[in-house]
Amino acid sequence: MSDTKGSGATVTSGAAGHSTGEAGQGSPHRLDTLVRYSANDRTNHWLTAIAFVLAALSGLAMFHPALFGLSGLFGGGPWNRILHPFIGLFMVLAFVFLASRMWSHNSLQPRDWQWMRQIRDVVVNREDRLPEVGKYNAGQKLLFWVLVICLAGLLLTGFVIWRAYFAAYFPIDVVRIASIVHAVCALVLICSIIVHIYAAIWVKGSVHAMVRGTVTPGWAWKHHRAWFREMTHAANSRSRQD
Amino acid sequence: MALQSLDIIRRSATTLPEPQIRLGTGDQHVAKLIDTTKCIGCKACQVACMEWNDLRDEIGTNTGHYQNPHDLSASSWTLMRFAEVENTQGDLEWLIRKDGCMHCQDPGCLKACPSPGAIVQYANGIVDFHEENCIGCGYCITGCPFDIPRISKKDHKAYKCTLCSDRVSVGLEPACIKACPTGALVFGTKEDMKLHAAERIEDLKSRGFDNAGLYDPAGVSGTHVMYVLHHADQPELYSGLPQDPHISPMVRLWKGFSKPLGLAAMAMTALFGFFHFVRVGPNETDGGDEAAANEMARSTATSTSAAAEKAP
Repeated sequence: MSDTKGSGATVTSGAAGHSTGEAGQGSPHRLDTLVRYSANDRTNHWLTAIAFVLAALSGLAMFHPALFGLSGLFGGGPWNRILHPFIGLFMVLAFVFLASRMWSHNSLQPRDWQWMRQIRDVVVNREDRLPEVGKYNAGQKLLFWVLVICLAGLLLTGFVIWRAYFAAYFPIDVVRIASIVHAVCALVLICSIIVHIYAAIWVKGSVHAMVRGTVTPGWAWKHHRAWFREMTHAANSRSRQD
Repeated sequence: MALQSLDIIRRSATTLPEPQIRLGTGDQHVAKLIDTTKCIGCKACQVACMEWNDLRDEIGTNTGHYQNPHDLSASSWTLMRFAEVENTQGDLEWLIRKDGCMHCQDPGCLKACPSPGAIVQYANGIVDFHEENCIGCGYCITGCPFDIPRISKKDHKAYKCTLCSDRVSVGLEPACIKACPTGALVFGTKEDMKLHAAERIEDLKSRGFDNAGLYDPAGVSGTHVMYVLHHADQPELYSGLPQDPHISPMVRLWKGFSKPLGLAAMAMTALFGFFHFVRVGPNETDGGDEAAANEMARSTATSTSAAAEKAP
């Protein structure tokens, strides 16, 4: 379980005995995998994801009559109504931990704006024309901030419209505004997550990264070159010290 | 239920039309007319409502006010609201209003309700809650312009005045009407009630109530519970009866436009992804990328170790 140890900066060597330290002395050098997400990262991500799916399904059941049947997944209308806010709270809690892990990697930088200006190159798989990308690209960072805003909105408005415990403490106009804001935040969140899921299918290797935790050096080099360089640097420095 | 369902013209969270076979066969809108100018505040209507509907609210506390209970609740579907108002001549007026569901022709509760069939409107205009379909979300409270529905603390279902839909369906008048000793409450077709109200208003005007009038607010396309008010120009005097009630634009947006738009946005996003995959295809890494990565790793390692060897 070496990948559970914090930094995720581990570079494992392909063949036994060929440590990265030896590479400097000119021995054959093959990198197999880079750890991108630790077991804790992955667990945290998937707990958030599962909660999101459940919250989205139960929420949509109460949003549009055509989707009311989804409440059957939760034991019928009243159970759907009872469970939805608790699932939502769990999702926000899980996301708070996830976001605190990823916060520092998601500040937008000048090269991110350049990346966004070249969105046409992004969608036609011409990454070679784009500026170098760190651990996350501009799209991922944008998604991150959209999720932060939407979840904050959902949390606050969710309390306001939570009839069983809290709604009675708010003026009716506030409840009405909170209802529409809750729906809009949820809609933006769901559409963003659809994009997120599709991006993971589109960029091969991403799903493996979040399920098994590792990526190939080629994947990191192609999609996150600045991060790849940082990782190889860190691994080399460490192996020098060993 | 089988035939009763033919009398339902509107049903919550339902996108297709209700059974139409009986429409236009002479259904008449009904209305309860509450003449506040004749009301003496005896609360017989409250008691009749409790009796007929088998409701017993919890016994509250006296706060030095005639209004009892203090507010509508899941077990108190109607309530006399007592307002002491000083008029322009400096005289005190005791404005008593029987509060309860107004049975809007355009019901905000029904519009907001997410549960199919939890709220229905009958062809005679009565708006009824079917508690067996109620999920307890309280959206009806959010949708109501009159602050009427209440969620029970016992079963988390929403309750309100039914306009005695059970009695009306078999040709009886609502229980409160039956009990009123002064004739302040009358019930009949909406047209008849408007005619009756017009006579009352004429009489009131002849006695100096120049602003007497009928409260049948157009903002909710009229109501099936109407008031005769001495001061129809100032309905707020009657314990906050709204001047221009209508379904809030927020609720209209939330339960109107945003529903199809939201579904379309989600479907379009997913379709966009699918067709991107079909047209552009996946973004994969190949042997060339791996080789380039190894090349970069090797050069990094060389420079790192060179730097490390220089260091001591």
